[in-house]
Amino acid sequence: MKMEGDVSRFRRIVRGKIKDNLKRFISSGELLGRQGRKKVSIPLPRIDLPHFQFGGNEQKGVGQGEGEPGDPLNQGQPQPGQGEAGEGEGQHQMEVDVSFDELADILGEELGLPRLEDKGKKNITSKKYRYHGILRTGPESLRNFKRTFKEALKRQISIGDYDFNNPVIMPVKEDKRYRSFRIEEKPIANAVIIYMMDVSGSMGDEQKEIVRLTSFWLDTWLRRNYDNLEARYIIHDAIAREVDIDTFYHTRESGGTLISSAFKLAEKMIAENFHPEEWNIYLFHFSDGDNWSGNDTTDCMNILDTSLLPAANLFCYGQVESRYGSGQFLKDLEQHYGDKTEKVVMHQIRDKDGIMDALKAFLGKGR
Amino acid sequence: MAMDPRLTSDLTDELKEIVVDIESYTKAYGLDFFPVIFEMVDYRQMSEIASYGGFPTRYPHWRFGMEYEQMSKSYEYGLSLIYEMVINNDPCYAYLLKSNSLVDQKTVIAHVFAHCDFFKNNRWFGHTNRKMLDEMANHGSRIRSYIEEIGWDEVEDFLDACLTLENLIDQHSPHIKRRATDIPDLDHHLPPEKRPVPKIKVDRSYMEKYINPASFIEQQKLAIRQEFEREKRFPEQPERDVLQFLVENAPLNSWQRDVLSIVREEAYYFAPQGQTKIMNEGWAVYWHSKIMNNKVLKDSEVIDYADHYAGVVASSQQRLNPYKIGVELMRYIEHRWDSGKFGLDYQNCDDPAVRRAWNKKANKGMEKLFEVRKFHNDVTFIEEFLDEDFVEDAKLFNWAFDKRSGQAIMTDRDFKAIKNNLLEGLTNFGQPIIEVVDGNYRNRGELLLEHRHYGKDLKIDRSFETLKNLYRVWTRPIHLKTFIDGEERILFCDGGEPRLERADTGETVRTQGENR
Repeated sequence: MKMEGDVSRFRRIVRGKIKDNLKRFISSGELLGRQGRKKVSIPLPRIDLPHFQFGGNEQKGVGQGEGEPGDPLNQGQPQPGQGEAGEGEGQHQMEVDVSFDELADILGEELGLPRLEDKGKKNITSKKYRYHGILRTGPESLRNFKRTFKEALKRQISIGDYDFNNPVIMPVKEDKRYRSFRIEEKPIANAVIIYMMDVSGSMGDEQKEIVRLTSFWLDTWLRRNYDNLEARYIIHDAIAREVDIDTFYHTRESGGTLISSAFKLAEKMIAENFHPEEWNIYLFHFSDGDNWSGNDTTDCMNILDTSLLPAANLFCYGQVESRYGSGQFLKDLEQHYGDKTEKVVMHQIRDKDGIMDALKAFLGKGR
Repeated sequence: MAMDPRLTSDLTDELKEIVVDIESYTKAYGLDFFPVIFEMVDYRQMSEIASYGGFPTRYPHWRFGMEYEQMSKSYEYGLSLIYEMVINNDPCYAYLLKSNSLVDQKTVIAHVFAHCDFFKNNRWFGHTNRKMLDEMANHGSRIRSYIEEIGWDEVEDFLDACLTLENLIDQHSPHIKRRATDIPDLDHHLPPEKRPVPKIKVDRSYMEKYINPASFIEQQKLAIRQEFEREKRFPEQPERDVLQFLVENAPLNSWQRDVLSIVREEAYYFAPQGQTKIMNEGWAVYWHSKIMNNKVLKDSEVIDYADHYAGVVASSQQRLNPYKIGVELMRYIEHRWDSGKFGLDYQNCDDPAVRRAWNKKANKGMEKLFEVRKFHNDVTFIEEFLDEDFVEDAKLFNWAFDKRSGQAIMTDRDFKAIKNNLLEGLTNFGQPIIEVVDGNYRNRGELLLEHRHYGKDLKIDRSFETLKNLYRVWTRPIHLKTFIDGEERILFCDGGEPRLERADTGETVRTQGENR
């Protein structure tokens, strides 16, 4: 279809626009409400070509119908007339559907993220056709033109049938070459993300919004990298429990904070469901950094060292700044791990604009 | 005719018969058109054709891809449906949507014939290329070959720049000779003081000083000097066909010049469709309804037809439906000329009751309609026929956006204001009038444009963007004189960030970065 070329040129421009506006999308949460099953509908500033045109400094017009001066108008419903309903004037924004994969690619390009390196473990395999060589027989649809041509040329030259002035090549049956394929079993990489969030009293709505946005983008990127991604959610204050995604973002508890409770639950979850041999495991923990006691922090390090880190591809800690949080946990982690292991990434997210940097820090290692 | 082979799906035998029948009815009524070729298409093809403005062979450009995405999306969501598409060409091509019901197909076929009649006979279409299908394919292959030779990005960028300027044409130029190129003036090489002073011819020499008094001679000399000053200018007269001026004078490569002239040519081809939207649709609805009601409709189809018709002429309070206002005004004209509501007696009659009851049984309605479709465009159509009685019957009103309540509010039903409002929207077909005033501004090859301001300001952010594109074509600084909020201002671009300047002091009022 001829149109395909124009549509793909258009999409290329859309991609550029999304890139330009990525920072805004990442920090505004505009896209969260627009998720479909596989697509997200992205509002973009108008892409159409600019013209010298009249400005709408006063909006007015002529209408038709009943009513008295002073009556408000019905909101204009589109006219079901023949042809286009009205002209394309006046649309200041357009919405473009973009698949999550594409969005993730744009994110990846913009932040310079490396592809994630999976641990190379097998879980499920799938069948895949792979072209690997050339055969003398095969279906015509797989005929390799170049090879066939070469063979025919070789043959014609060798038997003196080739005329330099009239270089016509006529392949015969023996010249024909076909691509051959085999069916390969290809392992599929599986991955699980375990999101953990501190929902103690000091984590306000603003902090949760930051967590929500960050996890949306983490999710988008990880899904791009793994065919099969599961997400699990843990919230904790002094005790931890597993919840669904909705509860994860909307619960507000009060009470103290024992981070180790979440780590213990994650440990249990991994032991029961996600055998490290088979799964790529990503752990994200968000908190304002205010742990109940130094003892608990020591417990946390223990759990990390003995079970979580050996099992996981990556452990990320995002510290969201809040008015009440002391931020001590980040310091403790830094002290304990520093640059010792690639598997631990810590980052402080000051506000929504910091999300982009956090994503870069978390995903930049390519693990 | 080279047609896209995917589109040559034949009509069913049933539809072929219907086309033949309807064609004969329309001809009996006096409609007159080029041969019409019907093609059945599915909605994807329809969206594709419509995105290309009716020409599947058009040059490639992302904007058609964008149109297509939006159109097919809004079809999928059930928001809009294109029943038909007709191309002004000889022969006319008409695309019908496969999924139309039979009664819809009949309606649409009648509708199409009326459009074709309008294309052929309306004067404003007189200059259009009737072999445009071929011409568009030709444009397409030229631009494709440039893309191959020069590269996608470069051609696309330049095409983008040209397309932002596509509305800078002289809407009336096909019909008016603005440049006096064919009057050779032998004296033009002479300096002004040596040129002969034109005098009024005098038969008797003693009358000379009365007929050509000294004051008159002075006047004529002044006129010569002014003429001389004007000749030095470039262009001599302000040039409204900005695209033509650029094609002739901008420092372009041959491929760029060709791309620009293609954009210009297509803009002129499409211009009359914008100039006659209301009339053309009104005319088509008028005829499809007449033919369906009088000739074609079966009893069993009446309900479906009526439902469809109601959709076509549905009114929205905020935007006039051109189909509805068009057909209503057509019928009003027919009624007036049938009952003799024209001429001095009628014009001078002030008694509304008498005016309403006026019936001289003139029976000139049909004749008048054919005349109207021949000579008018939307502006003259509204100007001439939209009168107080019509405005009242059609329940037209003015509305304005009320900032306090954030709502559109009906403001009044004042006839004069309504008509002004309508005409204002239609003048120059809704486009600002912008002229090239000086192509060698400040004697530095800069370009001075002037916006003829008739009350409506330009949109500044869009103008900035357009200015940058114009700079790409002209390659020297651009000045656009206009009025913003009643102050004389200059929009300026020298390739960097465009800015808005005071016309008197040149002081920068605002740059592009600080929009709003």
